[in-house]
Amino acid sequence: MARRGKKKNGLRWSKIYSFACIRPNEVLEDEQASSLGGPGYSRIVHCNQSHLHRQKPLKYPSNYISTTKYNVITFLPKAIFEQFRRVANLYFLLAAGLSLTPISPFSPFSMIAPLAFVVGLSMIKEAVEDWRRFMQDVEVNGRNVSVHKGEGQFEYKQWQKICVGDVVKVEKDQFFPADLLLLSSSFEDGICYVETMNLDGETNLKVKRSLEVTQALEDDASFKDFTATIRCEDPNPNLYTFVGNFEYERQVYALEPNHILLRDSKLRNTTYVYGVIIFTGHDSKVMQNATKSPAKRSRIEKKMDKVIYVLFTILVLISVISSIGFAVITKTKMPNWWYLQPKNDAGLYDPSKPVASGLAHLVTALILYGYLIPISLYVSIEVVKVSQALFINRDVLMYDEETEKPAHARTSNLNEELGQVDTILSDKTGTLTCNQMDFLKCSIAGVPYGVRSSEVEIATEKQMASEASVSEIESAHGTTDIVDRPQKPAIKGFSFEDDRLLHGNWVREPTAGIIRLFFRTLALCHTAIPEPNEETGGFTYEAESPDEGAFLVAAREFGFEFCRRQQSSVFIKEKYSPSGDPVEREFKLLSLLEFNSKRKRMSVIVRDEESGKILLLCKGADSIIFERLSKDGRMYLNETKQHLNEYGESGLRTLALAYKVLDESEYSAWDTEFQRAKTNIGPDREALVEHISDNMEKELILVGATAVEDKLQKGVPQCIDKLAQAGLKIWVLTGDKIETAINIGYACSLLRQGMTQIRLSIENDDLLAQDVNKAAKENILMKLTNASQMIKLEKDPHAAFALIIDGKTLTYALEDDIKNHFLSIAVECASVICCRVSPRQKAMVTRLVKEGTGKVTLAIGDGANDVGMIQEADIGIGISGVEGMQAVMASDFSISQFRFLERLLVVHGHWCYKRIALMICYFFYKNIAFGLTIFYFEAFTGFSGQSVYDDWYMLLFNVVLTSLPVISLGVFEQDVSSEVCLQFPALYQQGAKNLFFDWYRIIGWMFNGLYTSIVIFFLSIGIFYNRIFRAGGQTADMAAVGTTIFTCIIWAVNLQIALIMSHFTWIQHFFVWGSIVSWYLFLVAYGSSSPTLSGNSYKILGEALGPAPIYWLSTLVVAAACNIPYLVHISYQRVSHPLDHHVLQEIKYYRKDVEDENMWKREKVRARQRTKIGLTARVEAKFRQFAGRLSKKEKVPSSPSLSSSTNIQNPQ
Amino acid sequence: MNHANGSAVAGSSSGSGDDLAPRRNSKRPKYSRFTQQELPACKPILTPKWVISVFTLIGVIFVPIGVAALLASNNVVEIVDQYDDKCVPPNMTNDKVAYIQNATFDKTCIRTLQVLKNMSQPIYVYYQLDNFYQNHRRYVKSRNDEQLRKASQANETSGCDPERTANGAPIVPCGLIAWSLFNDTYKFSLDNKNLTVNKKGISWKSDRDHKFGKDVYPKNFQNSSVIGGAKLDPKIPLSEQEDLIVWMRTAALPTFRKLYGKIEQDLKEGDSIIVTLENNYNTYSFSGKKKLVLSTSSWLGGKNDFLGIAYLAIGGLCFFLAVAFTVIYLVKPRKLGDPSYLSWNRNPAGN
Repeated sequence: MARRGKKKNGLRWSKIYSFACIRPNEVLEDEQASSLGGPGYSRIVHCNQSHLHRQKPLKYPSNYISTTKYNVITFLPKAIFEQFRRVANLYFLLAAGLSLTPISPFSPFSMIAPLAFVVGLSMIKEAVEDWRRFMQDVEVNGRNVSVHKGEGQFEYKQWQKICVGDVVKVEKDQFFPADLLLLSSSFEDGICYVETMNLDGETNLKVKRSLEVTQALEDDASFKDFTATIRCEDPNPNLYTFVGNFEYERQVYALEPNHILLRDSKLRNTTYVYGVIIFTGHDSKVMQNATKSPAKRSRIEKKMDKVIYVLFTILVLISVISSIGFAVITKTKMPNWWYLQPKNDAGLYDPSKPVASGLAHLVTALILYGYLIPISLYVSIEVVKVSQALFINRDVLMYDEETEKPAHARTSNLNEELGQVDTILSDKTGTLTCNQMDFLKCSIAGVPYGVRSSEVEIATEKQMASEASVSEIESAHGTTDIVDRPQKPAIKGFSFEDDRLLHGNWVREPTAGIIRLFFRTLALCHTAIPEPNEETGGFTYEAESPDEGAFLVAAREFGFEFCRRQQSSVFIKEKYSPSGDPVEREFKLLSLLEFNSKRKRMSVIVRDEESGKILLLCKGADSIIFERLSKDGRMYLNETKQHLNEYGESGLRTLALAYKVLDESEYSAWDTEFQRAKTNIGPDREALVEHISDNMEKELILVGATAVEDKLQKGVPQCIDKLAQAGLKIWVLTGDKIETAINIGYACSLLRQGMTQIRLSIENDDLLAQDVNKAAKENILMKLTNASQMIKLEKDPHAAFALIIDGKTLTYALEDDIKNHFLSIAVECASVICCRVSPRQKAMVTRLVKEGTGKVTLAIGDGANDVGMIQEADIGIGISGVEGMQAVMASDFSISQFRFLERLLVVHGHWCYKRIALMICYFFYKNIAFGLTIFYFEAFTGFSGQSVYDDWYMLLFNVVLTSLPVISLGVFEQDVSSEVCLQFPALYQQGAKNLFFDWYRIIGWMFNGLYTSIVIFFLSIGIFYNRIFRAGGQTADMAAVGTTIFTCIIWAVNLQIALIMSHFTWIQHFFVWGSIVSWYLFLVAYGSSSPTLSGNSYKILGEALGPAPIYWLSTLVVAAACNIPYLVHISYQRVSHPLDHHVLQEIKYYRKDVEDENMWKREKVRARQRTKIGLTARVEAKFRQFAGRLSKKEKVPSSPSLSSSTNIQNPQ
Repeated sequence: MNHANGSAVAGSSSGSGDDLAPRRNSKRPKYSRFTQQELPACKPILTPKWVISVFTLIGVIFVPIGVAALLASNNVVEIVDQYDDKCVPPNMTNDKVAYIQNATFDKTCIRTLQVLKNMSQPIYVYYQLDNFYQNHRRYVKSRNDEQLRKASQANETSGCDPERTANGAPIVPCGLIAWSLFNDTYKFSLDNKNLTVNKKGISWKSDRDHKFGKDVYPKNFQNSSVIGGAKLDPKIPLSEQEDLIVWMRTAALPTFRKLYGKIEQDLKEGDSIIVTLENNYNTYSFSGKKKLVLSTSSWLGGKNDFLGIAYLAIGGLCFFLAVAFTVIYLVKPRKLGDPSYLSWNRNPAGN
């Protein structure tokens, strides 16, 4: 917003902080310098002299980036290569090549045309996708940035034109065009804020700072004569390291990662920065990091490949049979067949060389029976998947109004995999939660305040209410409309509701004094800075973590508005001061004791300028605060503890607040010591500082506790519940602390009361380095053994276990010798939460689950830190709601909200799975049915390789005559409607258990194909054998017989698909019946084309077959005979072993769900998988508790830090 | 990650969202029943009623057709006479091939056919060959349709190997099929009166009109060293050489009949027909049978019990299935849409 030109707001951050920032820029030490210039560290950048980099030897790549797979020249060879990596395509290519030789049974055209069609279509798809990538690159390369062109003048240039050594000026909210060295910023001390969401997925801003020597370069003109040299490392993918030095004015300074601004991160809250470019284009760290996303293939497709190998085997087998038959016949019989002139130029039919003839015939046969291999299967699947993906993209119910983003299937390869997921691995921040904290409740002086419930409580209550009343009918759309709150909080970060504290009413509370102290602590104990908001007239706060922001907003709402920060003072507007009028009070900030993850607390020491009192205000994790209370500070301890427990169980983040009054002398004595420690330069400085801080934060007096809701994304608990009901396992992998993760576990109902928590974490890191590994491993192994013992001994069917493990432990648990042990326990647990895991570990865990269980894993996340996991999982899903696109770019599907996962999996996944499974089975059936008839006919032709069908029939069989119905099956089939899918998530298990594409089914379909081929061929031959087929006395020639058989095939396979379908819209009707009609239309058209083209099929339908009743009668009897067994099979299956979707179809068909609502409702409840997680399980557990209240009490685990403290800091 | 003093905007920064308001919903997918997969659809399910009625219906349709087909087939009268062995003089039976290949022998052969049932005209005369692979790939391909159609394309002999040229000139009609043209001839007489055999109209009209040219005359035919089958009159255009046209329609199976002519005269039961045939065609090399067939036709064509039996069998099977399913539904009734068959109700232990 309008902060340009308002340079410097007078704050020097480095001075506010106690110790974290005091690190003088040291002049480079010798040993670091020596490593530069060596291998891997050879880069030299001449700042502001980019012309030196436009030519050798210092010419570095331009800033042009290209993420396309192909370019104009490489497209054809590369794309063709890709296409022919598929075995089937390669086979068809060979066949097409051989069709040019005389050994081919078909004309070259009939072999090449389908192949060209199939390959061409796939290549067009590739080209379109690559074109999109190219356009994206063009957009990025064409962005403008202000570059120093000399003489202190800056001008805008396109990103692709800038060059190493250029000085650029990047303005607020712009992306950095390349990796820069920060020279100076609009802040006096050369800092700037950077959003690195695209790099690591973290939403909080990072501070970068320039070298002190360059801070003076603060306007355009000062770059006129600026020169310097950077020697640094070569391009590499490490985002968090940088080694280099900076030679400026004959001094050498060391560079750190903190001086570097990386491409794809964004300048925030800083008006502008100047920087010099070090790495451009593909040299930049983010581009170096870009891994090619692995090409994923679904399980069904992999299995399909196996089936294709089976078909190949059959193909080879019958080809060998054919060629042996051919050789034998050629040798023994053909010399007698004078009408073939066997002695005359016999070529391939030379009776004297039967082996050679046989071998040549093998090739012929391989081509001839190629119809066993469905050439159009791949292309049909592509078409189907793209259409399915379109449906996913266009689903209104997966469109998010807030972010204006629909769901997007970025790759269509994995649609059916969505229906087979077994384990979901989810990120937390940004995926399950919004990374927005709402101040919800507090406990002050042992009194709980805040009447509003947390989301999980509301959801639980609703669920309980609906369980209790049978008449209530759940909305068909699942989760979306239950989640609306009564009213949305008007203020972001604040959903507190309690009239006792609001509107100044707290003044009338009996403990008003303590309440005032509580609010002041909220308003003072932080490191945020206020920023006036011109629109509302209030302030927005730049805080380092969202909960801190929430505290400030809360304090403001309670009447303690933090309004100004000066170098050493904090100003607060108090609305309800004792005098009654709003006053601005100044607090002198004496010291600030920083937060870190070890201390788990932060404190400020302030002097109230009015009263002169010195106060230490402290907030921190409850366990830490509680052990630091003074004897008389424990007045409210028990009540507070109880409240904290309640808050913890409803998934809230809690912090305890405490204070202590200091007198002047006490403080100054401590301060001298503290200052000394701070300025001490030496290895033990930090330990010393910590020790002294520790001394101060003792003998505290408890004030109360806060409960902040880490706001879940909309509908998350309900969605998790449904997914759990669908039988999915949910793992949460988060970079957060264990306590936060557990809070969220509760909030999402992944954890609940009554669950046994198995925690794996290693506390002791004091051991000697070499022992650490061994000891830790043994420790973990022991814990794992104990846990598995415990799980084994558990008899209670309702018992549930949760596994909570932290990153450090995970590094050991993922080692080869333990990982299977770990996995076997994790699989037993109802929920698994991994905290403090690095992006790499996320990927490793994903791989472990994927490979260890062999089941389909789905990873969902929103940030760049999830990229590894998203790429590793069988299916990667990116949350597209936020700005960073890294996760989305790496993902296979993107959705804007976690809750859409339910519809994506339970509806689209289920459908797509069934569609593709049925479709592939049908394809095999159809091609076997057709292909084998060719083989049977061979036996009647002396295995000579003659086909009974016209080339054109064969050509059209796969491409036109039978392709559209199967595509319509693949695109439109629905076993049950989407409502039923959502109401009965249990149906999802049909996919997860792979009921429709197991070998039993595949082989069943193959046998159906075999049966059909036998019936079609032998019935037709029986009817036409040696007979007069017309009243006019004519006998049938090969064209008539072939056309009749082919007609039977068209009818049989199209009737078959009509029997498979259970959902007929006009489209299916049109395609199925239209295919049959189109066959006759084709015959008419073909028959009336020139006889040169149609040969013996000239006027076949109109003259020869059409008037013959026997032609029509044979079609009828053959088509019926082919399909009766299948009809019997499905009829009988429905009678005796109906599958779930059969019964549901029947219920819907007879409208029983409308007539007997109770039954429908009851079944919905029963259908739930016996889940141990999710809202339903939570509610059931509650009911059990009410009902039984048996001796279960002791089984409830003592979860010591159930109500743990929250961070006021991001994970380090 | 190491920047402890990072800071994030936690307060309200709602301002940035406002400028997006005008183009709200621009990316919202348009609702249509098609894209939402909510098109009206019929969702037939196999209720017992449907299953039983479908099977019954098939039975009801198929059995009468089967009966009708059998009746039609029974009305057809067929006389088959195998003459390949019988027409070889007894002294030559040991070496039939030598007999047939020797042009000097007289190949005339007299056969008598008994009419066992009244035959009404037209009576079709067929020759039937056995074990003759007209569908062999080498044979099927050995022709050139262009050449047959147009006189101007006489030189077009591609594909006709090995019977393309003779004495350096192209053969019309070229190829093995034409070369091996059947050349037995039949003459019929009843009570010493000749029965005329009409050899016009035995081929498809479209073949005569469009595939065999009216101006294409046999040329250089059967002039090579080995003579295959029949010779053609070079003065008659191909479109009128109907024996050739019929022969060129290659048969699908190694046993086949081809139309020789029509006798347009009724024959009575007890008539005996004298056939004077020229036994020229060599089937002895490959031990193929030769048969002469006289047959009447019905609406269904010739004698064809197979079709009728197939219909009766399948119709009967469907009746049986209809009954069987009725029994199943009666014995083991399952109320449709009975929720107790749902998997979660059947094995409550969960699966």
